Amino acid sequence: MTNLFHPYYITQEAEMTQPLDYNRRSRLKHVDQVFRSEIINVIPLTDMEKLFQLRILDEAERERFSFLPGQFVMVEVPGYGEIPISISSSPSHKGYIELCIRKAGVVTSILHKANRGAVVGLRGPFGTHFPIEKMRRNNILLIAGGLGLAPLRAPILNVIENRTDFKDVHILYGTRQSDMLLFSYQYEEWNRIADINLRVIVEQADPTWTGSVGLITDLLKEMRIEPMQTYAIICGPPVMFKFVCAHLQQEGIPMDRMFVSLERRMHCGMGKCCRCNIGSTYTCLSGPVFDYWTVMNLKEAI
Amino acid sequence: MLFKTLSKPEFRNLVDLLLGSTEVIAPKQIGVNNDGKPLHHYLPVQEFEEIDLEYEITEYSAKSYFLPFRENLSSCRFEDDDWTQEIHYRLQPRVLMGLHSCDINALLKLDKVLAGDRFPSPYFISRRRNTFIIGIDHYPCEGGFCQSVGADVVTHGFDLYLTDLGDRYFVAINSDHGYNVLMQVDAKDTTGQDNKDYLEARQRIASKFEPLNMHNLPNLMDIEFESEVWKRWGKKCLSCGSCTMVCPTCYCYGVDERVSMDGREGAKVKQLYSCNLLDFAAVAGGHNFRADRETRLKYRYYHQHRGFMETYEEPLCVGCNRCGRVCLAGINPPEIIRDLQTEDQV
Repeated sequence: MTNLFHPYYITQEAEMTQPLDYNRRSRLKHVDQVFRSEIINVIPLTDMEKLFQLRILDEAERERFSFLPGQFVMVEVPGYGEIPISISSSPSHKGYIELCIRKAGVVTSILHKANRGAVVGLRGPFGTHFPIEKMRRNNILLIAGGLGLAPLRAPILNVIENRTDFKDVHILYGTRQSDMLLFSYQYEEWNRIADINLRVIVEQADPTWTGSVGLITDLLKEMRIEPMQTYAIICGPPVMFKFVCAHLQQEGIPMDRMFVSLERRMHCGMGKCCRCNIGSTYTCLSGPVFDYWTVMNLKEAI
Repeated sequence: MLFKTLSKPEFRNLVDLLLGSTEVIAPKQIGVNNDGKPLHHYLPVQEFEEIDLEYEITEYSAKSYFLPFRENLSSCRFEDDDWTQEIHYRLQPRVLMGLHSCDINALLKLDKVLAGDRFPSPYFISRRRNTFIIGIDHYPCEGGFCQSVGADVVTHGFDLYLTDLGDRYFVAINSDHGYNVLMQVDAKDTTGQDNKDYLEARQRIASKFEPLNMHNLPNLMDIEFESEVWKRWGKKCLSCGSCTMVCPTCYCYGVDERVSMDGREGAKVKQLYSCNLLDFAAVAGGHNFRADRETRLKYRYYHQHRGFMETYEEPLCVGCNRCGRVCLAGINPPEIIRDLQTEDQV
């Protein structure tokens, strides 16, 4: 009698034998295979946050890896776990990314102990991006609150690198206290660029603080906004972007010209584990970047 | 679709052939409940006598053979301050027999999420392609509402599908593999009488359903989003997650890493989770997006009857009511849906 049941070898499917590239999202592949990546530098930013500069080890993988501002990666520390982190660097560096990570749980705590040379796994990039391409020839408001500067730094660097494509560029950043300010070593550089307006504000000033004091919306009140020629990107806690977006809406900016990045728990990044569901929308597939009109229509988004 | 008939003795020959060829999973009685009613599971079987095709419902769905409770996504070997990653997919063929239409429809819905065009899962697809499925018709089960969600009939998603005609089975063939397997035994061409008997058998099944009012449910879910119905049922919920474990279509999960005692090996392990568990949507820093149990209960229904509908034009629920059977607090979809339908109607 002939054998009626032969194993089906999925690994022999054409898509499974091609090099891994997450941007080809519609094809079958080894979705849990990681890009082995080396920590090349660790830069402490505050007591709680560090910037990790990472490079994919394999040269061919490095060549294929590309991302867009606003996307995120899943970072695996073998033996500890895997977490979603938004990319904080410019998309123009191939195979190289920077991740600003706050010490908050098991995986981030071990990462904070990691040194230069440690190897972690990366999967991704995943998710939607800030549509910078649509924003050309317009004014851009880049607004961050607290840790929100981490995801916002990717579009900031992207806009700076392509400054001639845009009209007025404003970067507004607010935190609770001045010792929580992220990337403070870069403000000088951003401020010195003629034609970029950087404003930083803190809620509670300590005696050494010489800048503005108040809420991020106070900075907006001082600005003149051309609503139909302006795009806004807002990253921060829901309570912050809710007020910022409400203010911008009053100024007449249509809600589909404001973009926010949402944070949720994630275990897969690929629309499978359901942990990031807002209602039944997957933050990892339809987000993390949403326009504000979409956010208004998502139950439990804010 | 091609149809054949198979006499009961020939069916036994077919099963014996399968048992001799590969692993066979089939409904098997594992005991009785407090009322003396038999309890069944899909389990590996060695003998024809172990199989009970007359079963009403299995307590767990057939999902376990495609989305096991725990599965290694990747393994990791630590050596000299470095590590390497290894990935394996399950490749062993097996036969899964005795599935009712609800369980086959459930697999088709899982296909949409896990084998669709957005990040198809090789883990799931490998199990799916290596499983030979034999379904069977049955009368409606107690509390089940598969007909109301369109899951009482199947036209694909199986290799062979049986309808009991007394002395013989009417067999629908949906794959060449199914055809080749069936041709190993003496299957007969269908006659006019076979067709008539089959249609009558289907009519008898159809007449036994009690319809549940699913009219306009997706919109109702939105309208009744803040409804007292959720508070009432939410108050009863123990947040134990049993409903999602037995559900044939709940697929959500969590991922953890494990390390061997000697520290030389690690594994990234996927474990089925439940949207009813407290920390389902808790994030770093302590915020929980779904801190209330009524919210978590509501979102399971919201995903099943509204969210999935929005994406795929059909509910995720197949109406098997396993979640209702298993719930210690007596929460069940027919009653919740009835409550939602009547809450704001005079």
